[in-house]
Amino acid sequence: MHYNAGDTAWVLVSAALVLFMTPGLAFFYGGMVRSKNVLGMLMQNFATMAVVSLIWVFGAYSLAFGPDWGGFGLVGTLHFFGLAHSSQPVPGYTGAISQHIPPLAFVVFQMTFAIITPALITGSIADRVRFGPFLLFVALWSVLVYAPIAHWAFDPHGWLYRMGVEDFAGGTVVEINAGAAGLAIATVVGRRRGWPRSPMPPHNVPLTLMGAGILWFGWFGFNAGSALGANNLAAHAFINTNTAGAAGLLGWIAVEKLRGGKSTTLGAVSGAVAGLVAITPSCGFVDAVGAGVIGVAAGVVCSLAVSAKFRLGVDDSLDVGGVHLIGGVVGTLLIGLLGTMATNGSNGFFYGGGLGLLGRQGLAVLASGAFSFAMTWVIAKAIDKSVGLRMAPEDEFEGMDTALHAESAYDFGGSFLRSLGGGSMSNAQ
Amino acid sequence: MKLIVAIIKPFKLEDVRNALIRAGVVGMTVSEVQGYGRQSGHTEVYRGAEYQTNFVPKLKIEMVVPDEVSAEVVEAIVEAANTGKIGDGKVWILSVEDLVRVRTGERGAEAL
Repeated sequence: MHYNAGDTAWVLVSAALVLFMTPGLAFFYGGMVRSKNVLGMLMQNFATMAVVSLIWVFGAYSLAFGPDWGGFGLVGTLHFFGLAHSSQPVPGYTGAISQHIPPLAFVVFQMTFAIITPALITGSIADRVRFGPFLLFVALWSVLVYAPIAHWAFDPHGWLYRMGVEDFAGGTVVEINAGAAGLAIATVVGRRRGWPRSPMPPHNVPLTLMGAGILWFGWFGFNAGSALGANNLAAHAFINTNTAGAAGLLGWIAVEKLRGGKSTTLGAVSGAVAGLVAITPSCGFVDAVGAGVIGVAAGVVCSLAVSAKFRLGVDDSLDVGGVHLIGGVVGTLLIGLLGTMATNGSNGFFYGGGLGLLGRQGLAVLASGAFSFAMTWVIAKAIDKSVGLRMAPEDEFEGMDTALHAESAYDFGGSFLRSLGGGSMSNAQ
Repeated sequence: MKLIVAIIKPFKLEDVRNALIRAGVVGMTVSEVQGYGRQSGHTEVYRGAEYQTNFVPKLKIEMVVPDEVSAEVVEAIVEAANTGKIGDGKVWILSVEDLVRVRTGERGAEAL
């Protein structure tokens, strides 16, 4: 097997870029919660990196990208469990899409996607879930939800891929999947006490902006890395990613202004993320105009969608549904209109293709969203009924940082009095 | 002796301090406080959700002055802290029974 050095280097670097997105996401979310819960949020995301890293090597990768089980295109076998047979080429990537990178580079690149997807779900259940049961949820979810959907849409033997569904970097596998799962688990664990009457504003918007900046940076690896090579298609995906993020930012703050409010910092970072979410499936299939349209559309639609949770009565605390589910749907569907062979893939409706592609994209949206919601609901319910997902009321009031982790994030005003207040080190020598 | 307590807008602190120096007041205590009177709080908007903050940040300044200058000091504070807009604050005056300077043990007006 001949490996291309440039392709391999780019995919390995992209894997590192995407891994960095998860701590970025932790800050993005961490700034949006109240100060008593910021460490709880960071811990959920950071620990997800560890749990999924192991699950991926021992099982989940093989279920997602191993030889297809029974030819149904639903899930892989355990052929690659524990990274066995790692010198064999990844099944299905033959002919025009054959890989020129070591299979283990593909393993680690896809691992970083498997990590950030359950990490995204933490935004739906902020401030109220126990730590251990959360880790159990992530482990089960990676095997039972992420691996199958990744097989469907990313693996050339998957039923969505074979049908001609176009998902370049994870509109269905990552964004719609995480968004639908977030809504499902938020439904199971219930609202935060006091929501929506008590104000729960972000405690540190600068932290959120820093996190969004890291996400934007890492997204180049996410999207351009998904070309699996250092080539023209990667460059298309790279510039389209940036264009859509920029357009999404401006789209969201334009809506704020047009609705009579002010352009907010949180609106700008949310719009950028919405644009980046929507370009994730489409970055390798559209041209510059398409990327701009998709970005603006995501910024506008998501800014309107985030208030739906109040009408639905679901405490999707940090709008994983409003931003990732809806943004993912926008990007996945618009491929059906804006896809162009001049970049890659098939022509969408506006570029002389028929409506067939839009129909296939719609089916992929429904299949991934419905499976994710239903399966996540079952997993969350099972954990809640057996060991309990929800924190005790007094712990929730106290905050995750001290109640779950015996730490506090900030030591400013209280430090002087605390140093005088009769505290002592129990293990001082 | 009178204890004068004033709640003022934070950005007026320098004006009030200068006015008090001109009025001959030699010391004060300042604390950051939050509260509300007739001025409502302000509104913050996060992803379209509006949050009303009920408590507005203010400064509380306290000083003890001799009886004969208290009216003049209050007037100086009121004049310096006034912007004409809602939320300028309040000033109130209490009688002080006694006062001790910790360093020397002097009492009453001597200790001021």
